[in-house]
Amino acid sequence: MIRSEILREIAPILRDQLVVCNIGLPSQELHMIDDNAKNFYMLGTMGLSSSIGLGLALSQPKTVISIDGDGSVLTNLGTLPTIANNVADNYILMIIDNGSYGSTGDQPTYAGKKTKLEKVAEACGCENVVVCQDVDTGKVLQAAIDSKKMTVIVVKCDSGNIKLPVITLDPVVIKHRFMEAVKA
Amino acid sequence: MNIDKKIVDDLVANDVSFVTTVPCKQLAGVIDEVEAREGIFHIPSNKEDEGMGLCAGAHMGGKRPAIIMQNTAIGVTINTLATLTQFYRMPLPMIISYRGELREPVACQVEMAVHTKALLAQLNIPTYHFHWQKDVEEFDNILKYTFMCNKPVAILTDANFWGGYGDQ
Repeated sequence: MIRSEILREIAPILRDQLVVCNIGLPSQELHMIDDNAKNFYMLGTMGLSSSIGLGLALSQPKTVISIDGDGSVLTNLGTLPTIANNVADNYILMIIDNGSYGSTGDQPTYAGKKTKLEKVAEACGCENVVVCQDVDTGKVLQAAIDSKKMTVIVVKCDSGNIKLPVITLDPVVIKHRFMEAVKA
Repeated sequence: MNIDKKIVDDLVANDVSFVTTVPCKQLAGVIDEVEAREGIFHIPSNKEDEGMGLCAGAHMGGKRPAIIMQNTAIGVTINTLATLTQFYRMPLPMIISYRGELREPVACQVEMAVHTKALLAQLNIPTYHFHWQKDVEEFDNILKYTFMCNKPVAILTDANFWGGYGDQ
């Protein structure tokens, strides 16, 4: 499965949670599949989905899922020790690991070569690290939500993209409706 | 006057309850005070753009955030300031140690100091420079201004403000 197929499959699970979605195609795909106020789309700033999600989880009680990519986690690798040492049991970091920089033309990442992000996360001190195959994402994600334990999920999947338009929502609108959903 | 305590008192009085820090010798006292203070969640960052991401999340979660960092961080956070903090209109007080200014003992710090105000001006970031201890009296108003306008605001604090480097 490619990332957009995974997102389509887990959309019914994501719909009830606060979601911080990675820049580029992941946000565009989620926006196309199931746009709603609980989605925070990143329109810029590669690498910070995990940090924004952690800050949000630490600041209010609702479950937060950061959808990240292997390339973006590599960009902000310092996020993993921060996550490990500031446990928020309402936080799930879901890394969709397709071994490539999808939004820029599928250039290979080091995670698709020797580097294993699940081992990096564990070495950083993250306690609940789950590796799963694309087809099992929904089951693993639901289990992580139900566990009420901070979890890092590394989803192994194929690289590949679909064609879709950019998000034209104003960033302040995205933020405003998201903050209203956080408060609701 | 204990400047460290005054700065953190003002943060607390303005409901700032989520503070991320990247270490600096000049800011060590403030960072200790942030860590010790109940009512503030202190989360050290490994890099300043990561810290701005954490602050963005805290803001959307209903907390008032702040970041404490060195001026060298302006060099690594321009993209984050422009495409996250400013683009989404998020408030962010940035308490910055202004290394490389008067009484600085380390020459290399001057290399970023000479760019700091120009970069902040280019980004249209409201910027305040604390050079004398009495300048800290404006901090409370600067915090109120930051959360009124939903912008990142820079407070540059130089070595003279902190009382220099002792015998160096």
